[in-house]
Amino acid sequence: MDLYEYQGRELFERHGLPVLSGGVATTPEEARAIAERLGGRVVVKAQVKVGGRGKAGGVKLAENAEEAVAHATNILGMDIKGHTVHKVMLTVTADIAEEYYFSYLLDRANRTFLCIASVAGGMDIEQVAEEAPDKVAKIAIDANDGVDDAKAHEIVAAAGFPAEVADQVAEIAVKLWQAFIAEDATLVEVNPLARTPEGRVLCLDAKVTLDANADFRHPDHEALVDQAAVDPLEQRAKEKDLNYVKLDGEVGIIGNGAGLVMSTLDVVAYAGEEFGGVKPANFLDIGGGASAAVMANGLEIVLSDPAVRSVFVNVFGGITACDEVANGIVQALSLLEQRGEQVTKPLVVRLDGNNAEVGRAILDGAANPLVQRVDTMDGAAKRAAELAAVGV
Amino acid sequence: MAIWLTKDSKVIVQGMTGSEGSKHTRRMLAAGTHVVGGVNPRKAGQTVDFDGTALPVFGGVAAAMRETGADVTVIFVPPAFSKAAVIEAVDAEIPLAVVITEGIPVHDTAAFWAYNKAKGGKTRIIGPNCPGIASPGASNAGIIPADITGAGRIGLVSKSGTLTYQMMYELRDIGFSTCVGIGGDPVIGTTHIDALAAFQDDPETDAIVMIGEIGGDAEERAADFIKANVTKPVVGYIAGFTAPPGKTMGHAGAIISGSSGTAEAKKAALEAAGVKVGKTPSETARLMRSLF
Repeated sequence: MDLYEYQGRELFERHGLPVLSGGVATTPEEARAIAERLGGRVVVKAQVKVGGRGKAGGVKLAENAEEAVAHATNILGMDIKGHTVHKVMLTVTADIAEEYYFSYLLDRANRTFLCIASVAGGMDIEQVAEEAPDKVAKIAIDANDGVDDAKAHEIVAAAGFPAEVADQVAEIAVKLWQAFIAEDATLVEVNPLARTPEGRVLCLDAKVTLDANADFRHPDHEALVDQAAVDPLEQRAKEKDLNYVKLDGEVGIIGNGAGLVMSTLDVVAYAGEEFGGVKPANFLDIGGGASAAVMANGLEIVLSDPAVRSVFVNVFGGITACDEVANGIVQALSLLEQRGEQVTKPLVVRLDGNNAEVGRAILDGAANPLVQRVDTMDGAAKRAAELAAVGV
Repeated sequence: MAIWLTKDSKVIVQGMTGSEGSKHTRRMLAAGTHVVGGVNPRKAGQTVDFDGTALPVFGGVAAAMRETGADVTVIFVPPAFSKAAVIEAVDAEIPLAVVITEGIPVHDTAAFWAYNKAKGGKTRIIGPNCPGIASPGASNAGIIPADITGAGRIGLVSKSGTLTYQMMYELRDIGFSTCVGIGGDPVIGTTHIDALAAFQDDPETDAIVMIGEIGGDAEERAADFIKANVTKPVVGYIAGFTAPPGKTMGHAGAIISGSSGTAEAKKAALEAAGVKVGKTPSETARLMRSLF
């Protein structure tokens, strides 16, 4: 999960990192209260998870509370690259003498963590790395050794931080690592890390990504989820413990196993090219042991998406036998009827693998007019795309 | 002879007394795997009956190895306890640890990986979040269904479980030397490259299927490795062409970050290395079939 800047700022603050005082507002009135509390000059920043806010007019300087309210009024509700602004962050301002860059992140390739630090901050670090690679220090961090004072000074030296800020940056490096570990983050990025004319080093931005697998030991992370931004279907699926991602096509997808479902989306998209470009409407992995109840929940979510015109159920019976899956589909359809759901969209079902013959016979026996059986993945994808294209 | 797992492998199960652990211990036994015991400190000294096979429960991996000569452990313990379980296996210097558990925090995986490395890398770790490893007709360590295919001369390495099963099924008449599910997490112990290198050296493997998916650059690095080191034919498949950026697609590691980790980039890298890449799983199977 990527955090908003204001959440990152608060997280940094909790871990003792030097940040600018501030607060977050959802209305101009809240913005006024924060601006008055902070006093004097403040900066008002749109809270969106996309770059280029400044250019879009989403970052404004206010000399007083009145101006802060005016800016908040303009920025709230603004559309920045398709993201509607629901919150603004207000902070006090800081004069900047120099801008640096500092981050810790997961290095998948080397199966460890990486520190990236540069005295050329304030801009896109990937661009700096390309144009002046000698200005970007990359230091591997051992997951078990971490960053102590000695390691921090090694980073500071490698990146060439000026002597007058070395101790401050090293202290930030240690605290930032502690935050990275304590919060189970996969990215903490400070850009810019700034030096003021008075010689203080401050974290002026906070980009944080948290590992969802670690949620079980961070009950407080749940509150960081922006419920307003969650797709309602994704929210309902999550409540039912289903792994669902909403996409923008017309063919509803249900399958077992993340890889097979990803592959199913691709195969449907290829097949859809022949039928006016119909595409998959969602990703839904119902997992290995797909019981009738799980299948019913999955079908209910997928069928309640108004964009869905046909559904492709693609199951390879590995551990789960196909007869159980077939029974699950048949029971799911009657379960939905009992729940009062009118199922009118056609289902294409492909069953292969363990007990496929028995499973197919069960579907044939049930003879539900909405269910069509196609026995190959490519053929079934084509049929589902064709059905979705009817009337498009 | 297959790779890493043979008919002589002696397997223990960490978490054997749990629901997933016991279910799959039974399945592994039925597949002919030489399962010799389980580990659970709270049930040490007990035995568990699996359809007539009584398996001893040991207090730790080291004790289990000492008593049984086990050289493979399959780990089914819940995410919160997985790090400790792997570290115990590493401390015991077991040659192969297969971590099935899904949902382990990546900091924990990075930690046990670093720990193993610091201890000299004596344990090959497969996974986490993987279906395990199967050498059809010889042994099965994990949750890969044993009855999909028989022994043959294709080697398979894959990030995905069900796509592995699908491919095994499509090519079941040819058969497989070893199928390795390396897992869908961002940090994994055994990589495509490790498996490619082992298959290249395995006299019982004639050709290799490699299945990848969006996220990271493991497939790109595998492509470089193939170009430089693999002379056996490799056929590839990549899932996730239609996945939107920034969304995790089921597997924790399956996410396009910015412009990196896309299926297009992986396919292009593999093709540049001379690997034929199928558009669908079935087409991939046909490409492999044409080699036999």
